[in-house]
Amino acid sequence: MKALVELYAQQFKTTLAMMFQYRASLLIWMIGQVLEPLVYLIVWSVVSEGSGGSVGGYTTSGFAGYFILLMLVNQVTYTWIMYEFEHRIREGILSFALLKPVHPIHSDIADNVSSKLITLPIMIVIAAALAALFQASISPAPWAVAVFIPALLLAFLVRLLLEWTLAQAAFWTTRVGAMNQVYFVMMLFLSGQIAPLTLLPHPLQVVATLLPFRWLINFPVELLLGQLTLAEALIGLGAQVGWLIVSFILFRTIWRAVVRLYSAVGA
Amino acid sequence: MIGITMTSPAIHIRDLRKIYIVSQQEAGARAALQGLVHRRKLEVRAVDGISFDVAPGEIVGFLGPNGAGKTTTLKMLSGLLYPTAGEVTVLGYVPSKREASFLRQITLVMGQRNQLVWDIPALHSFELNRVIYRIPAEDYRRMLGELTELLDLGPLLQKPVRNLSLGERMKCEIAAALLHRPSVVFLDEPTIGLDVTMQRRIRTFIAEYNRRFGATVLLTSHYMNDVEALCRRVIVIHHGRLVFDGDLAILVQKFTSHKTIVVQLGDCSADLHSYGEILSCEDGRFTLRVPRAETARVTERLLVDLPVTDLLVEDPPIEEVIERVFAQENP
Repeated sequence: MKALVELYAQQFKTTLAMMFQYRASLLIWMIGQVLEPLVYLIVWSVVSEGSGGSVGGYTTSGFAGYFILLMLVNQVTYTWIMYEFEHRIREGILSFALLKPVHPIHSDIADNVSSKLITLPIMIVIAAALAALFQASISPAPWAVAVFIPALLLAFLVRLLLEWTLAQAAFWTTRVGAMNQVYFVMMLFLSGQIAPLTLLPHPLQVVATLLPFRWLINFPVELLLGQLTLAEALIGLGAQVGWLIVSFILFRTIWRAVVRLYSAVGA
Repeated sequence: MIGITMTSPAIHIRDLRKIYIVSQQEAGARAALQGLVHRRKLEVRAVDGISFDVAPGEIVGFLGPNGAGKTTTLKMLSGLLYPTAGEVTVLGYVPSKREASFLRQITLVMGQRNQLVWDIPALHSFELNRVIYRIPAEDYRRMLGELTELLDLGPLLQKPVRNLSLGERMKCEIAAALLHRPSVVFLDEPTIGLDVTMQRRIRTFIAEYNRRFGATVLLTSHYMNDVEALCRRVIVIHHGRLVFDGDLAILVQKFTSHKTIVVQLGDCSADLHSYGEILSCEDGRFTLRVPRAETARVTERLLVDLPVTDLLVEDPPIEEVIERVFAQENP
């Protein structure tokens, strides 16, 4: 355990050093992280004003609250593992990972946590500025704030495990791009990124609830917006824990299969 | 040899095999369509029943032409590949189980791959390895000091890896791979693409590492100089089969009857037929093939008789030696 803590601390220093190397691209990336929800926010504000000040229960400032929180939750739970894995396999980086006496996912978790810790303060300042500008209404009960913290951490862990596991598909097919695209589109619609889930047609809402997507972004956002009852919040946490177990089992199973395949055919 | 029988081997291989199944497809649209339904499977015997032992502290050159099965064997020894059949143990461990205590005692350096984080100084990657391998702080400091001194890393450690030359990067790669002081070291073409000075530097270092830490080293290289400088014993494989295992001197003597002499003259007009077989001449640079035993005499005659500005005596390239070994095995 102590060794893992040291590993994470060291990875933090490495990630920090890397981010300083990539200052410009980091800035561009953060602009992207802000712009996407901002565009949806502006679109939905216009729609809401055009329909007399509210759509599906969301007022203009309600949309502002939703998309600003979404920006933060997405920032915390986002990973770039799926983009990286194909390159890792092609470059044979996995061979080095397999030679190390530590599971390679630890480096990825540590790297993600580190970069989030570094960028989050800036994102919070941006979020606060946007909230003031758009007069966002965010009014959670104290218990909702308390539940939000574990909900956010669970969302991060599940999303990371799922995306790490999906990224392993690169071992079976050299064209993971198409599969990634399907995942990203589902994520865009079913996690509530493009619109609050309550605005989607009912069947889609059901699908979003049955799949993990809703629990990764929409749930923590609604929780902090103060839209959920305590019972709904606890059900949400339960769903997240359920998906954590499922994604962990998937991760273990697929990783074993990958190592077996890799050590059968080489790179 | 007495030492080998007394202690258990660091590396033990018996009847090791690795067979890959690859699907084959011929050119053309028709073949491509057929390939969708039915793929022709082809068995590739990358390693086809080899056996050898390596004693602790030995440096062994592992030679063979491209595709002979060297890298496949090294990967099986380091636990990256699962053998199709046969027995492998390294330090008593079965490599493919990839136990942490095994991985902490070995290393694999691949000359054409790199593990250092590209955009930041190598020292960061070193520190990561320190925590990954759980190297105690004191040991790490001492080992880093020794490696810095032996490989002259001082000015390199603070520079982003991408700004290093190929040779400088290789030195850092090797250091990163040895920080945990592995007792078994697999080196796959560690000097590939490096200039002569850097090759020598790395060679000296490998010898010194072996001497200082008593590490077992299994090395593949295309450079005869690497092998000559480091390995008394060589193992040659071809098409996945072991064709020679023994003293390097015996290998060279046994399988190379000739040396090549390169002489630089003014132009190609001179007639050198009486000195040896002329293999080529470009801009006055003759390459002659001379029987091994006559090398010294021919060299002397050349220097006396002709206005030689440069002269070089070489063993035939390692590929050629191995080709001869192989030709002898399969006449």
